[in-house]
Amino acid sequence: MAKTASNPVIEARDVNLVFQTADGPVQALKDVNLVVNKGDFVSFIGPSGCGKTTLLRSIAALEAVTGGSLTVNAMTPDQARMARAYGYVFQAAGLYPWRTIAGNIALPLEIMRFSKAEIAERCERVLDLVELTGFGRKFPWQLSGGMQQRASIARALAFDADILLMDEPFGALDEIVRDRLNEELLKLWARTGKTICFVTHSIPEAVYLSTKIVVMSPRPGRITDVIDSPLPSVRPLDIRDSAEFIAIAHRVREGLRAGHVDV
Amino acid sequence: MSRILPILTVVLAIISIWYGAAVPMNTAWEVDQAARAGVPAPVGMDLVAATLAQDRPVLPAPHQVAAELYKSTFGLKVTSPKSLIYHGWITISATLVGFAIGTSFGILLAVGIVHNRAMDASVMPWAIASQTIPILAIAPMIIVVMNALGVQGLIPKAIISAFLSFFPVLVGMVKGLRSPDAAQFDLMKTYNASAPKVLWALRLPSSVPYLFASLKVGIAASLVGAIVGEMPTGAVAGLGARLLSGSYYGQTVQIWAALMAAAIVAAGLVAIVGAVERATLQRMGYREGAR
Ligand SMILES: Nc1ncnc2c1ncn2[C@@H]1O[C@H](COP(=O)(O)OP(=O)(O)OP(=O)(O)O)[C@@H](O)[C@H]1O
Ligand SMILES: [Mg+2]
Repeated sequence: MAKTASNPVIEARDVNLVFQTADGPVQALKDVNLVVNKGDFVSFIGPSGCGKTTLLRSIAALEAVTGGSLTVNAMTPDQARMARAYGYVFQAAGLYPWRTIAGNIALPLEIMRFSKAEIAERCERVLDLVELTGFGRKFPWQLSGGMQQRASIARALAFDADILLMDEPFGALDEIVRDRLNEELLKLWARTGKTICFVTHSIPEAVYLSTKIVVMSPRPGRITDVIDSPLPSVRPLDIRDSAEFIAIAHRVREGLRAGHVDV
Repeated sequence: MSRILPILTVVLAIISIWYGAAVPMNTAWEVDQAARAGVPAPVGMDLVAATLAQDRPVLPAPHQVAAELYKSTFGLKVTSPKSLIYHGWITISATLVGFAIGTSFGILLAVGIVHNRAMDASVMPWAIASQTIPILAIAPMIIVVMNALGVQGLIPKAIISAFLSFFPVLVGMVKGLRSPDAAQFDLMKTYNASAPKVLWALRLPSSVPYLFASLKVGIAASLVGAIVGEMPTGAVAGLGARLLSGSYYGQTVQIWAALMAAAIVAAGLVAIVGAVERATLQRMGYREGAR
């Protein structure tokens, strides 16, 4: 049992989060229980407004939970944030418009005091990784929305955080690029052993990528199903046509449907 | 081209109104002079010509002002005490020093305000109050107090300039430093960036367009401050001194020429700030036209 696989990186126990708004309290997360182990690839899937972003932001200490306990690397989320435990890819690219693409990717590296040479080298590498080679000198507005989103992924990959929190990173991309980036992400994950939390609206994407799929439902946001994927860790794209894959996708769809019936 | 036509139209309109006003305003003096000399007052075109060529008209005609302006800028050595270049430079140097002081002070106060709750609550009311004090009332006091401390010349004028120009910069920069949206701040938070880092890498770059808008107001205010600061100095040098000595001796043409010079200097300074703004924003990747 002392294997790394049972090493909880993120642990949520009865997590509740209530937003106090002008129109009264909004329960964004209700009784969320979840364990994410080291090296897991966890997808969060669920209808709009079910609290996926809120859960990810809580893990990142961008929101404070109002009940239960949430730990990241056995610390409070805020301590983990200060230890720079994670990289975050936001739902919107959010590049700084006055910095070039390379400048945006360099931003976290500058803040974390990497050397100039190291910064240049890493920028090159992650730009290659997201297929933006040669776009480093462009400003964000000179790139399409999907390219900007890839640049923001590169920005989160540039420094070596063990946890990667990604909020619909591929939502704005076309199918082909999305497939390629999914493959790249899996390779990166296999190579680096990062722990990845990944929000998506796409069932095939969730099933293809994940070792664990978390199905959520709204009002109040809660987890309705957690599926441990039996798929092998090496996954060619055509695994999506296998019977196993289709069976898992079916279970996810059923889970999502059940959530909708509740409403 | 499309910009020149409207501007020319406005300039032409102003000049014709100006001429139209000069004739009746200067007529009384002509009639007076004629009565004293016991000759009939000129009429028709003679009257018009006479009113536009007086030595000390109530309202000098545009061509008189233009001639005086030309004479006192290009017609004299720049070291001459009548040269507007000489006086203009005295005023501009005080303006620039005051502008630099005021801008730095405004930026520093704004940085303090966005980082410190106590300053946020306390500084703004004082800054606003400072601007409600008539500058004409406070300028002589500054000059006199500084004089008593043995400081004369450029510095007291620059301080009055700074007093007027820090305020627009303060207001613009507070808004600018707060202009990044929540997501942009969140990103910095995920990097656990320190407040100085956030200031340097996020707040300051975001505030640049706001800063330049303020600087344009600020540099014009600086010029006004420098000119006002020259008025109580005993009318020695500077555009303000030219204005004052002109009014002592009823030299209306000189007053108007100095006023014109001040307006040209103001337009020039604002245009320079505008050019620096365009160059800076372009380097920062702001899209042409979109700001
Ligand atoms: N800052 C906030 N203040 C108040 N309510 C909020 C806030 N952020 C989110 N909510 C509410 O919390 C709920 C969950 O929102 P969240 O953004 O987590 O949904 P989501 O699952 O990410 O949806 P989507 O798929 O559309 O991105 C929603 O009802 C939303 O209105
Ligand atoms: Mg979301």
